[in-house]
This record gives sequence, structure tokens and C-alpha cells, in this order.
Amino acid sequence: MTGSIADAPAAHRDYGGAKIAMWLFLFTEIILFGGLFILYSAYRSKYPHEFHDAGNELNYVIGVINTLVLLTSSLSMALSISAVQKGQQRLAMLLVGLTVALGAVFLVNKYFEWIAKFHHGLYPNSPDLLKRAPGEVLFFGLYFSMTGLHGVHVIAGMVLLSIMLVLLARKRIHQKDYVKIENAGLYWHLVDVIWIFLLPLFYLAA
Amino acid sequence: MTAMAATVVHAEPSFLEAGGRTGLLGWILSTDHKRIAILYLVSMMSFFLVGVTIGVLMRLEQLTMGPTIMQPQTYNAMFTVHGVIMIFLFVIPGLPVVFGNFFLPILIGAKDVALPRLNLLSWYFFMTGAVLAVLSLFTGNGPPDTGWTFYAPYSLRTGPNVSLAVFAAFVLGFSSILTGINFVTTIHRLRAPGMTWHRMPLFVWSLYATGWVQILATPIVSITLLLVILERFFGIGVFDPAKGGDPLLYQHLFWMYSHPAVYIMILPAMGVISEIIPTFAHRTIFGYRFIAYSSVAIAALGSLVWAHHMFTSGISSMASMVFSLLTFLVAIPSAIKVFNWVATLYKGSIEIAPPMLYALTFIFLFCIGGLTGVMQGALAVNVHLHDTYFIVGHFHYVMFGGTGIAFFAALLYWFPKMFGKMYNRRVATIAWVPLFVGFNMLYFTMLILGVMGMPRRYYDHLPQFHTGHVIATVGSWFLVSGLLLLLGNFVVALFKGEKAPANPWGGISLEWQIPSPPPVENFEEIPTITSSPYHFNPVAGR
Repeated sequence: MTGSIADAPAAHRDYGGAKIAMWLFLFTEIILFGGLFILYSAYRSKYPHEFHDAGNELNYVIGVINTLVLLTSSLSMALSISAVQKGQQRLAMLLVGLTVALGAVFLVNKYFEWIAKFHHGLYPNSPDLLKRAPGEVLFFGLYFSMTGLHGVHVIAGMVLLSIMLVLLARKRIHQKDYVKIENAGLYWHLVDVIWIFLLPLFYLAA
Repeated sequence: MTAMAATVVHAEPSFLEAGGRTGLLGWILSTDHKRIAILYLVSMMSFFLVGVTIGVLMRLEQLTMGPTIMQPQTYNAMFTVHGVIMIFLFVIPGLPVVFGNFFLPILIGAKDVALPRLNLLSWYFFMTGAVLAVLSLFTGNGPPDTGWTFYAPYSLRTGPNVSLAVFAAFVLGFSSILTGINFVTTIHRLRAPGMTWHRMPLFVWSLYATGWVQILATPIVSITLLLVILERFFGIGVFDPAKGGDPLLYQHLFWMYSHPAVYIMILPAMGVISEIIPTFAHRTIFGYRFIAYSSVAIAALGSLVWAHHMFTSGISSMASMVFSLLTFLVAIPSAIKVFNWVATLYKGSIEIAPPMLYALTFIFLFCIGGLTGVMQGALAVNVHLHDTYFIVGHFHYVMFGGTGIAFFAALLYWFPKMFGKMYNRRVATIAWVPLFVGFNMLYFTMLILGVMGMPRRYYDHLPQFHTGHVIATVGSWFLVSGLLLLLGNFVVALFKGEKAPANPWGGISLEWQIPSPPPVENFEEIPTITSSPYHFNPVAGR
């Protein structure tokens, strides 16, 4: 750590530092969703029956399919990092591409699921929804907020991974310098883990 | 204290002169932690002056009974905007982003923070949030009128532009999170060789504790504010009693962040005081480990007391008692700090230079602020004092008398180092007189008015409160003249101040071992640390 200004960016290549910072950021993401989980648990203990009834209306088949899609995408993400570490640049790009594609599949499923709900008159503040019991209004309010926020995170993850794809193509990420893709992978796994909690709370609540 | 105590002034250009780009771009694209600190300083001082102006206008309104210079709706907007600006744009970012950015790397013997580009990004988020907050005043149906707490269900229903203001607070929160992540990472990774945890300056300890609170508490308010926006646009119902939601949950989530945020505000201030006192007492800090660990204890306990803002909101009496007890407990680590500062002074060779004067003022005002806080922690007293001027007086003693005064103390202490110029010490001392007198006229009167029953956030007042309001308003004039004199002194010093030596105060921590202003990469050679940062030679101070 001696020398001139040219050495200053040395800090940028501090892998440990980059990893610590990423994990701290992931804590903040968990707590962000934590606020919503607190609301969910408060309202579920207040309206257990309504949550049960409303949960019956969600299609758990789509939920489980989406879970499988996301879990597979996490696998391809993890494999892509191993590929980078082994110097298999092309394979890594292929696997990151697959991860992004699976993210897109998840979102398309989600889209059709939401649209179907809208057709049944189920969306926040809809006249049909407001006729129901308060617990069900809250269930769907939370359902749309939490899966919506999760969807935003999926999109953010896909953007992040697309950037990684570009960096891989330009050899900015390679066998000797791969902390960026590792961190992007951590983010993607977090998005996955949050979904693992959303699935039972909403789809399997019945 | 270090192997490089004998540094001579060398020819290397300071961070103010060097750099690839020149002009404005050299500042707003620079990832140098020192330049970013000054970007923050300039932007924050501008917002601070706007906040002060609004505060003075509110006091002016209370000078007479009935309408004086504005209508009730304007007054509601004013206390909201005053709160939002002061809390989110000055007091919360305050000390960490200016003095933390500038001095954290120097105090631990590093060349920069761990993530310099993220650091610059935080400033851009900060400015984006600030611009959105300003926009919310002039767009939509006018400035928000909810108070800075945005309590549901009123914030869900009121006409004015709440969504944009709330979104601004969300963006500012994100900026705060990134700064916290950066500082915690920096402290873990970039300490100089030999800088063990117990050789870190106490300001660094306080930034470390603050960083963790920023990381762990801020996301809660982020999600809460997002939900307010979702409620306003889509009516999801989670805080709306008409749809089965519970507004009390809004208060819980809001204070889960916003009470720990109080410690984001005060911890770095305590850190600054812990730096200034040993320097001007020429004596080793008393109880180093107690001060260091009490920062961590305050951060931990402070995260568990949020519901003391809600004793009158309808929480169970069991919950009230638990939160009341926890609130009393926070007073212990705070008092430990005060006792240690005072013990440091004992048998010290005290020099009342301007930074020391303001630091001692901090201790005095913070004691009043802290003790009035303990009073409100008592359940029975709280019912009487809740939502009165007593609360307003209390938190101004802590936020302004504490953090604000510590901010000025820090500026007085480190200004010569940051800019290489010395301000007029006599003017800084003279400015203290109206500042101190005006401060106590304004806020101590508020404490009394509150006990008498004057409610906060009221546009008008009853005849029995009139004398108090007049005293407070006159006090605000003294306060502002002191402030202007103090800040004007710095501006004059920037242009006409004489050159400051590398170590004007006889300090021994690392920042005083390098030239003023510091060179771009701080140290010619990363120092090796061999002892505590406050290892004063007992003879040197005489």
C-alpha cells in the first residue's frame, strides 16, 4: 500500500472488502422485506381464517412451478461462477444468460397470474375486493405488495446479471477477478431465498 | 504516537489543488473522500440555512396571537418542511457524511474509504433526494402538511404532495444505507498496520456503531415509506382502518427506524466530543474502553426503545412498561460518556479554544436534552407531556444543542485541517454568546411552555402562553445572529484566513501528523500504529 496515486485504486480490488459490503447490503434487503413480514405476521394472527380462505384462491401449482424455475436459475448462477473460476468464459456467459432467461420465465408466469387475478376483479382497492372481509383485503394487499416488490428485485437482478454478461464478454470479469459476478450471484440467491419464504406464506397459507 | 511524527511539509499538492479534472467537474466526479466530504458540507449547509429560515418564520408567526404572517395551512407545511429538511438533510447525514468522510480514512491511516465510487454515488442519491424534497414543495397540491412523521391514516388521505416528499425520504435513506455500508467495510478492511480495535480513535468507534444502525434500521423506514406511497396510489389497505389495516402498525414500523435514527444523529456527535476534549485538556481520555463500548451499547439498546413514542397511542400497558424500562436503560451508556468526558478534564491542562468552548457547550446542552428525555420515559409523566412543546424543546436540546453544536465544534476543530486556513478565533468565541443565550431562551422556554400545556404543531396560542412565546421568538433572533456570525466567520476565513499550520491545536491523532490541507492520498507512507490515539505525554501539555 505504498506509492503514488496510481496505487489508490488498489482498494477497489480488495475482495474481502467487496464481499463484506455486499453481505451488509443483503442484510438491508432482508430487513426491507422484514418490515413486510412483520405486517404479514401481525395481520395473519389477527385474521387467521380470512388469510386461510384468501390463500385458497391462489394457484399453488403456478407458485410451485415458479419456485422450481427460480431454484434452477440459482443453480445455473452458481455454476456460472464455478465456470469463471475455471476459466471457462464462454460457458459462464451461457449460464448467466440461462439465469436471466429463467428470471424472465418467472416474471412471465407472474404476469399471467396477476392478470388472471385482475380479471376476477381482484386488485388493490377494487370494488369486488372491498366487498370482502377486511382480512382478505389485507391478504391481497400484502400479496400484491410483497410479490410486486419481489418482482422488482427479480428485474433488478436481471439487469445486474445482464451487466455481468457484458463484463464477461469484455473480459472485465475473468479467472483472476470475479468478485463482481460472485456478488451479483449473492444478490440473485437472496432474491431466490425471499421467494422461498413468500411461497408458503401466500400459496400454501390455506 | 506513530513512526511518522516528524513529517515535514513537502511539495506534494493538496487535495484542493491536485486532481485530473479542474473546475466543477473535478469536484462532482471526484471519488476522493475529502472532496466528497466538502460536496456534502456545502450542500448540507445550504439546506441547513433553509431549515433555519423556516424555523425563524414559524417563531415569528407565534410572536402574536392570531394570524401574524401566515395562514394555518402554510404553518402546517412549514413545520413539516422544517422537520424533513433538518432531519433528513442535515442532522441524520450531518457528521458522518462530512467529517466521517473526510476524517475516517485519515484517522485509521488509510488512503480512502473502501468503496470510493459507492461513496460518490451516495452523494448523488443524497442530492436526488434533496431535489425531490424541494420539488415536493412546489408541485402537486403544495407542500406536505403531515409533520415529518407522515403518520397514517392522515398521510394517506391528505391532499398535498405527500408521495413525492415520502419518496424523497426513501432515496435519502438509501444514501444513508450506502454510507453506513461503506464506513463499516472501511473500518474492517483498511485500518493501518498496528491499528487494533482498541487503538482506534473514539470518533471512529462512534462511526462504526452509527454505520451498523444505518444498515440495520434504515431499511425498515424505507419499506414503510414505500407502503405509504402504495397506499396513496393503489389503496392496498395495510395502514387504512377502513380496510381492516391498523395505523398503529405504521407508527411501530416508523419508529423502529426513526428512534434508532436519533442515535445515528447523536453517536457521531459524541465521537467528535471525545476527540476534542483530550486535545484541549492535553490529557489522555479517561475510560477509553467505556466510551467505545458505550457507543455500541447505545446503538444496541437504542434499537429496542421505539414504542416510547407511542405510550399515548394505545399500546398495551405491559408493552408500555417494558419500553419505559428499556428507555431508562439507554440513559446509562449516555451518562457513562458524560462522566468520562468530565473525568478527562479533571487535572487536565484545559485550554478554552473555540472548539473546546463548543464541546463543553455540547455537554451542558446534551445533559438537559438527555435528562428531559428520561423524564418522558416515565409513563405517567409522558401522558402529560406527550405532544406538547416540552417534546419540541427536548429534541431541539438533543438534536441542535447536541448534534448541531457538535457539528460546529467539529467544524471549528477540523476547519484548519480541511481547508488549510485559520478562522478568526475571537469572532468564533464572540458568536458563542448570542448562540448560547438565544438557544436557551428559545428552547428552555419551550420546555416550560410544554409543562404548562402548550401543544406542539399548533398554529396559534392562548393568552397564558403569550409571554413564553415572545421570549422564545426573541431568543430565536439571538440564536440566528450567533449562527450567522459563526458561519460568516468561516466564509471569511476561506477567502482571507491566514494559513493554518499542520497542527494548530497540539492534537496527537493521525490527522494532525499530515499537512493542512491533506495531500490527495493522505499519507506519503501508510503509518504503523504503536499506541493509543490519546497517548499524551504528561509533560507536553504544561
